[in-house]
Amino acid sequence: MTVIRYVLSRILFAGFAALVGAFFALPMLWLTLAPFNARGTLAVEIPRPFTLDNFQAVFANTFAVRALGNSLILAGGTMLVVTLAATLAAYALSRAEVPYYDLLTYGLILFSSVVTGTAAMVPIFLLANALGLVDTYVGVIMAFTGGLLPTAIFILRDFVEGLPRSYEESAMVCGASPWRMVWDVVMPLLRPGMMVVGIWAFVQVWGAFLIPFVLLRSPERMPAAIAIYSFYTEAGTPILTLTSAYALLYALPVLALYLFVNARYGFRFFGGIKR
Amino acid sequence: MVPRRPILSLPIGLLFLLPALFFVAVFLVFPSLWVLWISLTNQALTGEAALRPQFVGLANFRYLFDPENWAVRGYFGNALRNSVLFVVGSGLIGQAGLGLAIAWAFHRRRGLLREVLYTLVILAWIIPDVVVAFMWVAYLDRDQGTLNALLSALGLGRVDWLIERPLLSVIIFNTWRGTAFSMLLFSSALAMLPPSYLEAAAVAGARPYQAFRDIILPSIRSHIVTDLILITLWTFNTFTPYLITGGGPTFRSEVVSIYTFRVAFQHFEFGRGAAVAVVMMLINLTLALAYLSTLRREARAR
Repeated sequence: MTVIRYVLSRILFAGFAALVGAFFALPMLWLTLAPFNARGTLAVEIPRPFTLDNFQAVFANTFAVRALGNSLILAGGTMLVVTLAATLAAYALSRAEVPYYDLLTYGLILFSSVVTGTAAMVPIFLLANALGLVDTYVGVIMAFTGGLLPTAIFILRDFVEGLPRSYEESAMVCGASPWRMVWDVVMPLLRPGMMVVGIWAFVQVWGAFLIPFVLLRSPERMPAAIAIYSFYTEAGTPILTLTSAYALLYALPVLALYLFVNARYGFRFFGGIKR
Repeated sequence: MVPRRPILSLPIGLLFLLPALFFVAVFLVFPSLWVLWISLTNQALTGEAALRPQFVGLANFRYLFDPENWAVRGYFGNALRNSVLFVVGSGLIGQAGLGLAIAWAFHRRRGLLREVLYTLVILAWIIPDVVVAFMWVAYLDRDQGTLNALLSALGLGRVDWLIERPLLSVIIFNTWRGTAFSMLLFSSALAMLPPSYLEAAAVAGARPYQAFRDIILPSIRSHIVTDLILITLWTFNTFTPYLITGGGPTFRSEVVSIYTFRVAFQHFEFGRGAAVAVVMMLINLTLALAYLSTLRREARAR
């Protein structure tokens, strides 16, 4: 009886694992094969003939290459501003006696979950319009920064809380100014936390579609998330050879960062890290 | 014990907080308050209503909740209904249910199979939006798509998923897209359970499903509540279905986020779009307050 039950449970488990694996893997197959196929196709088939010409064609397209650069500017810019501002804020929240501390943290969490990109697209567009920031990198970076900062601050605050105070106390005894102390003592110790927050912010902006779609106008400023919709024929059908190759190129940095984070820190995750 | 002196003085602390507070105030707090005012005007992008928007009272909200065309396709009620189905189907049943099932099946198992499956689920979660959108448009294609190729190989008919079953398509897509969060959350919750709980149940002769129902579920209840609230919040606010169906055909997969976008950025009726945004933020506020109160209750219980 128990043997039968054991065998049944093994079969059930194997069946479940196979179904879950198929459900998650099957939609991804197309992206692993189509970019190397000389014929554009939506089907999953062995590339015949196998080719790297699609990538060459993408690299020959200045608009497409510039769009990857634009994504880099937007994601990198947001990453820098978010990481610096969040580090300073998290440090202040942890090491100074900020009045209304509870109210401040409560309000930050509340606003960041209530005001999402989709709920705020109308006022953010009108605000950018009023400030003359429509169709600028700065406008997109600032809009992302406002949305990402609360979560970034909370992730970093946990890292700051984990630092022993003795280093900072000795730095103070030696007469270091607060700024020097943060720059020379705290930031080097906080590097893992800043790395996590920086990578997180980068990936969020790199993959985002809606905010740049709403805030940017000129083709030469479009990030890759929007430029990918430009590989269309005159008749309006996508050129699948180029689209698939471009999609793979555009996804690669995220995959590389995932591998890096996984190898370096293990893929831990923090409460609301992905929105 | 000597009271610990804060390392930063208050003025320096506030100075350090200033950059972050600036961005949050200007690009998060201000827009959320300003949108309340915009929703009471006839703000547009061009023409007279762009320069001097007029106060129109609750007209925009009356339009949204007008009982005459409330549930007609292309109107707000239809979008709200689609959003509810989308959240319940892809968030609560799909992501949370599947995430819990995977976490439970692989609880206390290690090895290659687990690594591979977890990596696949996480990959589906982290690949950029437009890339997964293209993958799914290819996957669900009527003639060449992988899903239909499999179905017809099994002797089942082909379905034109994005035309015939658009809402179901984006529900399945979003389950695939977001299960990782629930899976990871429940995995870490299960990993924290003392093994003795389950051993005691096994000694007492409990079947696996009995152990699951009577021991696992009650022990990770607070994680489940947290997960369900966050998933509801995120699923309600996601815009990605737009990249797969565009909300169509004939608004059959138009969820509230897509409706906002269409009203504001395709018809340029910002007042009306702002009214939808206000309704969205009220729903978000309810969910966020529920989340924060469970967090507090947990903190107090600890």
